[in-house]
Amino acid sequence: MLRGRLGSFLFQSIAFVLALGFVSLILLAVGASPLEAYKNILTGSVGSMRKFAEVLVSFVPLLLVTAGLLITFSAGLWNIGVEGQIVLGAIATTWALRQFVDSTMPPALAIFLSILAGMAGGAVWASFAGMLKTFGGVNEIFGGLGLNFVSTALTLYLIFGPWKREGVASMSGTEPFPDVFSLPQLPDLRISPWALGIALAAVLVVYLILQGTYFGLRLKAVGRNFRAAYLLGIPTWQYSLYSFLICGALAGLAGAMQVTAVYHRLIPSISSGYGYLGLMVAMLINYQAIWAVPLTLFFAALNIGSIQLPIVMKLDSSLSGVLQGVLVLFVLLVEGARQKFLKKA
Amino acid sequence: MQKNLARLTAALGLALLLVLVACGGPAPAEPPSQPEPTEEEAPATEVAPPPTEEAPAEEEQFVFGMLLVGPYNDNGWSQAHYEAGLYLEEQLGAKMVYLDKVNPADRPGTTPDQLAEELVAQGAKLVIFNSDDMKDASTTFAKNNPDIYVIMASGDQVWEDGKIYEEIPNMMNIMGRMEYGKMIGGCAAALSTQTGKIGYLGPLINDETRRLAASAYLGAKYCYEKAGNDPEALEFKVTWIGFWFNIPGVTLDPVQVSNDFYTTGYDVVISGIDNPVNLGEAAKLKAEGKEVAGVAYDYVAACEAAPDVCLGVPYFNWGPEYLKAVSSAIDGSWESQFVWAGPDWADINNLDTSSVGFVKGADLSEEASAMVDEFITELAGGLNLWTGPINLQDGTAYLADGEVASDQQVWYLPQLLEGMEGLSAAE
Repeated sequence: MLRGRLGSFLFQSIAFVLALGFVSLILLAVGASPLEAYKNILTGSVGSMRKFAEVLVSFVPLLLVTAGLLITFSAGLWNIGVEGQIVLGAIATTWALRQFVDSTMPPALAIFLSILAGMAGGAVWASFAGMLKTFGGVNEIFGGLGLNFVSTALTLYLIFGPWKREGVASMSGTEPFPDVFSLPQLPDLRISPWALGIALAAVLVVYLILQGTYFGLRLKAVGRNFRAAYLLGIPTWQYSLYSFLICGALAGLAGAMQVTAVYHRLIPSISSGYGYLGLMVAMLINYQAIWAVPLTLFFAALNIGSIQLPIVMKLDSSLSGVLQGVLVLFVLLVEGARQKFLKKA
Repeated sequence: MQKNLARLTAALGLALLLVLVACGGPAPAEPPSQPEPTEEEAPATEVAPPPTEEAPAEEEQFVFGMLLVGPYNDNGWSQAHYEAGLYLEEQLGAKMVYLDKVNPADRPGTTPDQLAEELVAQGAKLVIFNSDDMKDASTTFAKNNPDIYVIMASGDQVWEDGKIYEEIPNMMNIMGRMEYGKMIGGCAAALSTQTGKIGYLGPLINDETRRLAASAYLGAKYCYEKAGNDPEALEFKVTWIGFWFNIPGVTLDPVQVSNDFYTTGYDVVISGIDNPVNLGEAAKLKAEGKEVAGVAYDYVAACEAAPDVCLGVPYFNWGPEYLKAVSSAIDGSWESQFVWAGPDWADINNLDTSSVGFVKGADLSEEASAMVDEFITELAGGLNLWTGPINLQDGTAYLADGEVASDQQVWYLPQLLEGMEGLSAAE
């Protein structure tokens, strides 16, 4: 009973309840009603079409990042550098758009090329972490973290330096692009169906790669047992690098979406922490692509819904971050307990 | 199994780290803002306002929204706005809904226009955007929501004589003539410095911050000379941190910048950022026996953070102009306009009439205090320090001898002034 899917589901539900209980305790400790808080998060995220559209705006980059991370996790890699890869995607997209702004190129083509540039930017940045890992022996966690810091510094340099607004040095970002360089949005809603379509297509591709291709199988073999895969004749380090490139391209795509569909310019925190959040989602779904959509949607809803907390209840909205983190912790804890239990049984 | 366990441990460790990161988060302002408001500051009745569905019960009450760039209790810019909101509630019986920390670091993944819509969802018929940082977003929001009144504080979109004028009927720009406040602050600083070196803690570089730093310099120079010193010998240095307040890893740390000033001979530091962190650093150094002081900014009670080192605070009093604007929205006489409101010279500290004021700090000597009063009287009598000859920082003429700067020339000051040290624009 504990071994099957049902058992797994049961344990995850327990983890969810525990996490909710833990956060409720925190809420009670600060004198707030947990029920009211959850109700506000719920109405704040799915209470209206408008709000749900906001959730989708947050969902798009998070899903892209999570999809990318599924690839690196399958190859047994902790791509912490994903945050920086989003940033470089955004920088490359901004760079490309800046080239096109004054040209006669049709905006649609300019946007398309800029998005491609964003993917390339993310992939190149990821390849740095990958090469540091394969050729330099630098653990990808440390390499990635270092590159994240570099990417932040690079963004700030560009915003305060070469790409600054006329006479202004502010971290509020570069000059916004004209409206024609934005991905078209639904009337009255902030979500772009194009962005949504791209994200869903990306996760589908990742799912197919991992479930239905020889490439995916080999990738997983590398992830499960690097040495055994090598002995079986899989070009292991190449596969590691490929996984970095794919993940980087998807993270770069997320960055491109942030620029073309959300902010329409480069801002300092353009990655919005989606990289770290994506890592949490990927861990939470135990690296199974099929769960990526619902869980990402859930996390995005928490993000948006929690904005109600400071407005309506005067609570700090970082509470949703606590809930997300606690959720991951409990899922991992309960999973550990289950494995221990199975071992004894 | 062993390996699995190791992996699990690693995962747990990382998850814990992420939780800590999520909790710790970017906490830009010191002191760390508490989600739980203190009893005096937050009206107890606001803790659990009725959810939207029940709103019709009190249909008569006008609801206005406010987006604050920093914490509502930042002891500076945002708190001054927040208190003006409380003033409106009291004067009009209106209700405020607000969201603080509206900036890209604290609310990643959101835009101010989106957050303004959240306030509208809570019933707001008028939304106040309180930061230059939200200028583009306020325009977007105003255009998308023509039936909601918008006040963009410190902005100039609807200034007909401005550089970026746009016709936006539901928008009003409101700003105080802080130039006067800064001059008085600069004067107090110049009368108190022993070393003849004044530091200015600048936020980011734009028209507003340039003209305010320059005003502080003009006031300082004037009073320095009046006290019998050579105005050319006065050193006045501006260091920009990059944003209105500290964002770790993104801006320069204003505490560190203040410390650098104080330990390199600048014994008075004027804050130009959203909160008076320079005072905290001054208090620390004073406790160690150094003779240092600071001028705060923005909020009437900002000196209370460290009274012993505070020379005074030029502050914004948004209440009177907001009251006029919101009343006009209520009674239908709303008119899109640009308001640049000065002090009420009869009493610059009259909270019902004056948009800009100056409160002297405990550290200002009696003699200096008298001279500051005299300076205020002169300003009230028509003294205008924005009178030529004044050169820009690079030496080009800005105002010819006797020429008085127009509002446009002051608002859009292109550079710092000659004699000031520091960047005039981004590198």
